[in-house]
Amino acid sequence: MAADSFFTQALVYLSAAVVSVPIAKKLGLGSVLGYLIAGIIIGPAALGWVGEEGKDILHFAEFGVVMMLFIIGLELEPALLWRMRKSILGLGGMQVVATAILITSIAIFLNLNWQASVAIGLILALSSTAIVLQTLNEKGLMNTVSGQNSFAVLLFQDIAVIPILALMPLLITDVSNKASDGQIAFIDQFPSYLQTIIVLGAVASIIVAGKYIIRPVFRIIAGTKLRELFTAAALLLVIGITVLMSLVGLSPALGTFLAGVVLANSEYRHELISDIDPFKGLLLGLFFISVGASIDFNLILANPTSILLLVAGLMLLKGIILFVLGRFFKMGLDQNLLFSFSLAQMGEFAFVLFSFTSQNNIIEPALTSKLIAVVAVSMALTPLLMLINEKLILPRIGTKEKDERETDTILEKNPVIIAGFGKYGNIVGRLLMANGVGTTVLDYNSDRVEILRKLGLKVYYGDPTRHDLLHAAGADDAKIIIVALESDEQSIELVETIKKHFPHLKIMVRAGDRFDAYEHIESGVNHVYRETLDSSLRMGTDALKLLGFRAYQAQRAAHKFFKYDEKALKELATIKHDKKLYLDTAKNRIAELEELIKADLADTQSTNDLGWDTESLRKQF
Amino acid sequence: MAKVLILFTHPALEKSRVNKPLLQHAKMVDNVTIHDLYEHYPDFNIDIQHEQQLLLQNDIILWHHPLYWYNSPALLKQWIDLVLEHGWAYGSQGKALVGKKITNVITSGGAADAYSKEGHNNYTIEEFLAPFIQTAKLCNMQYLEPFKVQGTHKLTQPDIEEHAIRYKNFLTQLTTN
Repeated sequence: MAADSFFTQALVYLSAAVVSVPIAKKLGLGSVLGYLIAGIIIGPAALGWVGEEGKDILHFAEFGVVMMLFIIGLELEPALLWRMRKSILGLGGMQVVATAILITSIAIFLNLNWQASVAIGLILALSSTAIVLQTLNEKGLMNTVSGQNSFAVLLFQDIAVIPILALMPLLITDVSNKASDGQIAFIDQFPSYLQTIIVLGAVASIIVAGKYIIRPVFRIIAGTKLRELFTAAALLLVIGITVLMSLVGLSPALGTFLAGVVLANSEYRHELISDIDPFKGLLLGLFFISVGASIDFNLILANPTSILLLVAGLMLLKGIILFVLGRFFKMGLDQNLLFSFSLAQMGEFAFVLFSFTSQNNIIEPALTSKLIAVVAVSMALTPLLMLINEKLILPRIGTKEKDERETDTILEKNPVIIAGFGKYGNIVGRLLMANGVGTTVLDYNSDRVEILRKLGLKVYYGDPTRHDLLHAAGADDAKIIIVALESDEQSIELVETIKKHFPHLKIMVRAGDRFDAYEHIESGVNHVYRETLDSSLRMGTDALKLLGFRAYQAQRAAHKFFKYDEKALKELATIKHDKKLYLDTAKNRIAELEELIKADLADTQSTNDLGWDTESLRKQF
Repeated sequence: MAKVLILFTHPALEKSRVNKPLLQHAKMVDNVTIHDLYEHYPDFNIDIQHEQQLLLQNDIILWHHPLYWYNSPALLKQWIDLVLEHGWAYGSQGKALVGKKITNVITSGGAADAYSKEGHNNYTIEEFLAPFIQTAKLCNMQYLEPFKVQGTHKLTQPDIEEHAIRYKNFLTQLTTN
């Protein structure tokens, strides 16, 4: 039964995801690697729960990439896209052309005919949008220079797929053997000038519809107040564009991306993102699982050296080209490494294009299956490589970069050192600087350092968790160090370093949340600041005021809340390892707090602020 | 038409029986600006320039506050400390407030007879208000007879209403004189 097998499949895929992704996350491997491993485990290589149908699922799941591009488009404002044009065309164009030419030349050198060589060169020049963007997103790197540039290259590749698809039929040597292919769209029956007009018309219609039709339609749908109808409309939009794009032979991902950009300034932006996001996540997960399941281990085991050499050689080649281009585009070393490691793999478009070249005998089937295995392995390796780069290479490179930059020999002797000048540290720093306090700033984001330096701020590049850099920053003479790193793990590491090497320093730490605060308190830090506490309380105070509370009353209530919460935090930090006691105490604290607040706000019988209370006096009279 | 500025200073208006009706009635009078200090500066961070502007725009200033421990609530003291700057409000260059009129509007729990040499508070209200009176003098302002609502602990609702109307009339008279 079809339904039966559907549910069985769903059971297999979902349980694989639910089991392996949390484990991968816990191990710090990231979700992409988790999904890939899940795929390998349920695939033919290991358990064999998924067979040939895995390929169909792969095609279906590619729709996740389409949705991802739609969301990326929504998150990207047109103005930002326009500012990126240089990286998209320059960096992206040069990457595709240079990589394709080099791989083609090598293929010709290895005695393949030129048609097959060109096809291989073009196909292997592309990278995996799905894996790269998902990994960068998860690591929060999309807004870094390397993230933006990676995105620019991927976007160009998405556009480049159109001419590549158009070029493929010209590479067919044996015309008699031309397979009828679903990929070739209905558009092919038209003469080429009409085709161009149709393609341009389709793109224009998306922009026009996005600007003038979709918004009023969404307004009506939103007016029905049926949430699922809005979700349905959002899905309809994405699927509609996909169908339209496929009809005219354009990449659906490109079409939805465009629609996303057009709608980025609309009022439905966040609604659309939150509606599509779960679908995107599930489908992408499915996609990664399918990639994992499709890795043909029999083939790899049959000739392991040649496959692994191909993987290593191709990724090295692509990585070097990316690195050179990155240098050319003036990326800092750390950003450039991240950029090169991210994009060095081959992408999912290869699966589609290889099936076309194989059906049409452009590339012989044996080589095709080998190349498909190479692509899949390279995709599976990417999250792992990025992890290696992040954990093993970047920390070392930080040292080198520092030596290259003369500015980082820090001569000042300031009483305050700020480690991390991101959204938190910069506010602390600005307040101190504005009041004439000498402040030395350390930051590990070379681009941010660059910008802040241009603004005339004394900011130094370097990994603040290294004690020699702290020494150079004047930690021996400083009084206070403010730990405002964006990663809590790094903060904890830094605190340990400070305690060991600079015990005289007063440490002030930003904590992400309550649990990070516990860790810092436990390690003996006296000044721990929960990042969002003050602004939440300020918002709460303002909410009380908007409800008609007296400003002073609201403020005192917030102060009381603050004091009590901080006290409870310190108390709970000491017993957090005893789960039972922790929960009991936490519950008691919450109950106590509730009572306090009630008592404070309920009525004039309040037990607080008795000095302003005339009730008891009145009773005496 | 004189313009009246009420500097209302009460840290817990939500608990006050008397001051709410007083304020409500004050709002009915034209040319009266009520400036609620605790509402504006719950953090005691007084905007000095803004306060000085308000003083310049008005002819008669009223320090309206409950009498706590024979004195004003803390924020009014802070206001006086910060706003009445040397060289602006007093001193050889400080002429900003010359000729303006000022006084206190006070509510006190104790009754009028408690505030006398014979009463259990030992001093008269005017004696307790000496710092305010002298402050006005130093700023070359004319200190008027204070407006008092006393014995608030014993006041009934109709009593309070009566005082509120009295306050309204007091304000009307000030603006029309």
